[in-house]
Amino acid sequence: MGAPGKAEAGSPVTAEDIVAFVYAEARLLDERRYEDWLDLFAEDGRYWIPAEWDQTDPVMQPSLLYEDRFMLDVRIRRLRGVRTYSQKPNSRCVHVLQQPSVEAMDDAANSYRTWTPFHYVETRSDEREYFNGWARHDLMLEGGALKIRLKRIDLVNLDAPFGNIQLFM
Amino acid sequence: MPAPAYRYRDNPDAIRALVRPREVHRDVYIDDEVFRLEMEHLFANTWVYAGHASQAPNPGDFITCEIGGKPLLISRHTDGEIYVNYNRCAHKGTRLAGEPCGNAGKMFRCPYHGWAFRTDGSLLSVPLRKGYDGTGFEDMPMVRGLAPVKNFRVYRDFIFVKLNDGGPDFEEFFGDSLSTIDNMVDRSPEGRLILEGAPLRYMHRCNWKMLVENQTDTCHPMVAHESSAGTAVRVWKETGRNDRHPAIELLAPFTSTYKFYEEFGIRVWPNGHGHTGVTDSIHADYSEIPGYWEMMAEAYGEARAKAILGDIRHNTVYFPNIMVKGPIQTLRVFLPLAADRTLVESWTFRLAGAPGQLFARTLLYNRTINAPTSIVGHDDLEMYERIQTGLRADGHEWVNVQRLYDEDEEPDATVVVNGTSERQMRNQFNAWVRYMTLDMTGDMTGDMAGDMDPAAAAPNQAPAAGAERPVA
Repeated sequence: MGAPGKAEAGSPVTAEDIVAFVYAEARLLDERRYEDWLDLFAEDGRYWIPAEWDQTDPVMQPSLLYEDRFMLDVRIRRLRGVRTYSQKPNSRCVHVLQQPSVEAMDDAANSYRTWTPFHYVETRSDEREYFNGWARHDLMLEGGALKIRLKRIDLVNLDAPFGNIQLFM
Repeated sequence: MPAPAYRYRDNPDAIRALVRPREVHRDVYIDDEVFRLEMEHLFANTWVYAGHASQAPNPGDFITCEIGGKPLLISRHTDGEIYVNYNRCAHKGTRLAGEPCGNAGKMFRCPYHGWAFRTDGSLLSVPLRKGYDGTGFEDMPMVRGLAPVKNFRVYRDFIFVKLNDGGPDFEEFFGDSLSTIDNMVDRSPEGRLILEGAPLRYMHRCNWKMLVENQTDTCHPMVAHESSAGTAVRVWKETGRNDRHPAIELLAPFTSTYKFYEEFGIRVWPNGHGHTGVTDSIHADYSEIPGYWEMMAEAYGEARAKAILGDIRHNTVYFPNIMVKGPIQTLRVFLPLAADRTLVESWTFRLAGAPGQLFARTLLYNRTINAPTSIVGHDDLEMYERIQTGLRADGHEWVNVQRLYDEDEEPDATVVVNGTSERQMRNQFNAWVRYMTLDMTGDMTGDMAGDMDPAAAAPNQAPAAGAERPVA
């Protein structure tokens, strides 16, 4: 494995590719292109929001969310549904990312990791909720394209009560 | 002069007039004064859930909470017993313990002036005590330590508190409804629950009673949750997969038919308690967890184990503000913060001695259904918040609770009724009136009058005559 952020000569993916991927992923969400966003996930990809600090296990410790592609698809279809009253009016969101830090690049293991502090605003009607935390992307190459194996969101105030979080951080 | 500030204070007849056999006045949900009186009366006269003893297994362990707006401190003393005191230094009033739970060691030491209290609440030491010599210190109440809450009960590790002295004792208040807690605890081969993991905390801009009523409202899932459970089932069918998806297993039953809910039944108990799912439930058809049955049969014998696991009650409401799901081992606490603000904390239990997969399912259920990120939760919260604003509308000032009302129905009966009945909601409001008015004087005397804002001291104002507002 090379030094973090440094691609080996002949590596199939560069640090710049990975950083660009993380920015592009957030932009798809801001633009409500959820179906395209879902396509970024690997077949067995997961989206995870822990409910405890320094959490190590998504299923034997409480998580706010830990879902596979199928359940994420359900969420997206629901957001688009005609009888989804909590989306009348729709929610909108904006991500503001600090430059992603490439934490690991391991071509042999097909494993790439970034760490990205972020601010996130989800708004609906007159209400605006503000979230802050760190995103961790575990990426892999699948069919020549980068895919999300795990997107983990650690909120700085994960133990505080929240209202509805309907979109994706 | 402005209108009198108090319409309901010290006016039990006005409180009683808010609840009719088939409807309740909107003020029970939106009126700030009614909310304050709920804190002072309802939450002081009833046995209210405060915490779980498994959160404080060792001497020095403590739990903090608030009931009726009062900060409480629950602690495990060196004698192994649980003590409940007000979380207030006897000296100047500082809240002694600041965290939701923790270990205080041998004493609670006030962070302001260093007064120290043993973990049973008694006074241990006062710095520079000689400064109180000759001041009559020994006669002051603070010498006795923290102010204790006398009425509390640890029932199979569930800690309930009654702040006031009046009202029924613990057994009388809960009666047969304790069978739901019993069943949840008995689902552990060791007969013990461990509260484990952070609670999921979900803020609701609505009145707390809407949430409690929703727990036995069986005519909303097929409508309100069409967008979540309905979509989940539809998308799952499209995949053509034949296996069982663990989240679909939990979500699909929310799409059950009216007939299913009609037949599964509701049981009501005296004092506002009740549960859905008497003969069947949305929790009845979960996958078996390998090894669990064998453990239960070994612990209890086959017949008893079968009876325990066959009791698949859906939602049990313990009046006033918690809901227990025995078959899935969750506890939801509806914490009233204001007339239009409620914090829901959803807790999870591990069954001591049972396979870890059961706890994994409990956690899956909690995040799928009860989290601020839950699509089911999104459906419900949208409805509550629409009600909270909709109730401001004039024209209808009463909220209907008359589904399957029978004019002969007796309050405080123990009875099983059609599962789509709103009998349990009526049962809750019957108890609500009782415990709101239990210690409410009909006129202002003594201390009560002294507490009044002089500007608002026009005593015992009747509600405005002629208005739609209920007149006693």
